[in-house]
Amino acid sequence: MNSTVIDLFAWGGDGWTKPLLTGLGVTMACACIGYALGVLLGLAVAFAKLGQNRWLGAAATLYTTLLRGVPPLLVIFLLFFGTNGALMWVARGFGYAGYIEVDAFTVGVMAVAFVSAAYSSEVFRGAHAAIPVGQFEAYTALGLRPLAGLWTVIIPQMFRLALPGLGNVWIMAIKETTLLSVISLAELMRVVGVAGRTTGQPFIFYGMAAIIYLVLVAISSRAFHVIETRMRWA
Amino acid sequence: MDLETALHVASELAGAIWVTLALAAVTLPLGLILAGLATWARRSRHRALRGVASAYVLAFRSIPLLVQIFVLYYGLSQFAWLRASPVWIVLKDPFACAVIAMSVCAGAYTAEVMRGGLAAVPQGAIEAARALGLSRFKTFLLVTMPIAIRRALPAYSNEIVVTLKSTSLACTITVMELTGVAKDLMSQTFAVIEVFCMVALIYLIINMVLIFLLRLVERLLTPPYQRKPMLAGARRVVSAAKWRSIGAASQKG
Repeated sequence: MNSTVIDLFAWGGDGWTKPLLTGLGVTMACACIGYALGVLLGLAVAFAKLGQNRWLGAAATLYTTLLRGVPPLLVIFLLFFGTNGALMWVARGFGYAGYIEVDAFTVGVMAVAFVSAAYSSEVFRGAHAAIPVGQFEAYTALGLRPLAGLWTVIIPQMFRLALPGLGNVWIMAIKETTLLSVISLAELMRVVGVAGRTTGQPFIFYGMAAIIYLVLVAISSRAFHVIETRMRWA
Repeated sequence: MDLETALHVASELAGAIWVTLALAAVTLPLGLILAGLATWARRSRHRALRGVASAYVLAFRSIPLLVQIFVLYYGLSQFAWLRASPVWIVLKDPFACAVIAMSVCAGAYTAEVMRGGLAAVPQGAIEAARALGLSRFKTFLLVTMPIAIRRALPAYSNEIVVTLKSTSLACTITVMELTGVAKDLMSQTFAVIEVFCMVALIYLIINMVLIFLLRLVERLLTPPYQRKPMLAGARRVVSAAKWRSIGAASQKG
């Protein structure tokens, strides 16, 4: 038994360590890119909600309500089945009638980005509300234009206040990548599933995945904690 | 989408709503029971018990639910002795597996909610009850618990939404609930947006009803003199409008 387990995780040949690491790489790439895009989009959505334009605000509220109330898996299916059709519809407008297919990685990044945007926009809105009015008055008194004041005074402070919430959104993004295995993106969960079926040892491989995700989440929350304490004293 | 497809989609989804509701209806009480046990263990005098409970909460909050479901459903089937044992009757059933995995996960999250509620109980209230001669058990039952439940309810309604959304993962192990049916309908009818909107609407309505019910419970548990009006938002709008009209009137005068 022991030797077989060691064989399973051998580096070269039929060992599964290399494919597992590749899968972990895809997971992390998808989570990182999706999260980064999601946080930027979330900031925009938050300001749409805070801003004067009523229609923009309503659209932003509808967006967050929808994406926070609907299972992420449903969003993934929408993007998976929907983007091809949408792109082909646009392409047909330009006179191109061929078949277009968006790969699973792009769909995955989009899914992670859209969902994290909905959650982080709420985090940013909370952070915005927590900034004292004096800060807004101060940049006005200094003669900064609203946009400049927002960029140099308010948004940096918002990020600091939003850090704990953004940490939670990041952990959610990692967890959401596991769902991408259903659209056959070759991330960690998918690799683990294939390995389990091929070797007939699904318990070992899924258990392995559980440990890997546990470690990822533990490292992430530790890292966010460290950044938080650093920022507090800055 | 023509009428025939629309009717087909609607009838398929109507059947799936019950599966989703059944999953949530079994998972939520089981999660509550597990969370109660974990909370009790985490406040226990025995270090070992506290350690086990804390480890449970930490691990099951950190590991993605899909991994938990797959370990239970696909992973355990690897062991021949388990397949031969009577436990297999439960474990071979995807619905049961989904419910078990989701309950254990919801239990870990709800334990955190309970901890938050208990931490929000003012120490003075507990001391006062003890000073009045209530036993430890009675203090907990009559003072600590009612306050803690009230404080924990808003966070718990969040947890309910999370659990409802997590029922969608059951479709990965062949339980055809809303999201699973939606996936099939999307690939069959190609009416992707329409199906998505219908399913999203169903989820949002279920969420809203559950949140409203929980708010009712919260109101029932709040002593009458502390109650806030249920439609606080509407009243605020009305009073704002009134103020504006008063302001306009005074400007006129």
